[in-house]
Amino acid sequence: MTEKLKFGPYEFTSRLFVGTGKYTTNELMVEALAASGTEAVTVAVRRVDLSGKSGKTILDFIDRRKYTILPNTAGCFTAEDAVRVARLSREVLSTDWVKLEVLGDQQTLLPDPVGTLSACEQLAKEGFCVLAYTSDDPIVAKRLEAAGAKAVMPAGSPIGSGQGILNPTNIRIILERAAVPIIVDAGVGTASDVALAFELGAEGVLLNTGIALAKDPVRMARAMKAAAEAGRDAFLSGRIPRKLYASASSPLEGVIAPAKQ
Amino acid sequence: MPAVFVTVNDRPLELADGATVADMLGALGLAKAVVAVERNREIVPRARHASERLAEGDRLEVVTLVGGG
Repeated sequence: MTEKLKFGPYEFTSRLFVGTGKYTTNELMVEALAASGTEAVTVAVRRVDLSGKSGKTILDFIDRRKYTILPNTAGCFTAEDAVRVARLSREVLSTDWVKLEVLGDQQTLLPDPVGTLSACEQLAKEGFCVLAYTSDDPIVAKRLEAAGAKAVMPAGSPIGSGQGILNPTNIRIILERAAVPIIVDAGVGTASDVALAFELGAEGVLLNTGIALAKDPVRMARAMKAAAEAGRDAFLSGRIPRKLYASASSPLEGVIAPAKQ
Repeated sequence: MPAVFVTVNDRPLELADGATVADMLGALGLAKAVVAVERNREIVPRARHASERLAEGDRLEVVTLVGGG
């Protein structure tokens, strides 16, 4: 039995959220999304290209019957800009949910917790279903929850860095205390990073670069799907505790007489 | 014919006097595009595109969705 991931009005069987950025072609993206098994994909809000040669947009490639589109506020460095972009995304998609990102600076792309909190409060007041991207700080995670976030998305490591989960201990503390779903977002480099997030108890994982910039994105998407399922199953199975000393798997009784030493 | 001058995404655009948001989108070849429009920082909901008339000096933002994470 697989229980669904639920928050706000949304329900998903797949626990992977996959970004749509950085693919070399839209066709490759479509194939990778399908291989990942995801049901929710992220997009960004940007000015329309007025050069006249823009034809198709990303929406022409995403089947909205198959995927729920989650707009983000990527590229915003102030709460004010993020709120503005969230409102625009709601107008474009007629959807209330948004992945809130308020970043601190261009080089680290680390979340600005103060700006994120302030934007989260405002958007929750306006009726948005806010998924708040943030750092792996357990206190900030609780503050975002109190500010009305429907899900908190702690970063495993910086966006696009492929460093995996740098502080599993913090993620565990966040998970232990959370009253909303925790979705590990950012930093995934390979399948074991996804498996680890789920083994820790994360409700979901959001990734983009790890698939999009792999040499074979479709195959990597498949690996991520398998890792998500493996990690989630391992978590639900209840792993054995770590012990300092060995514990034999074969019976110790009835062993043949040992050679004299 | 009198005209109205606005900016769209920081680019100047000349439209016929009395032009609406829908006329502006049409002039840019975006009549059927999936976009959101802000006029002087206020969103103009899609339902009002055909009725909202633009004024001289209006600053418009027209956004859509692109790939992102």
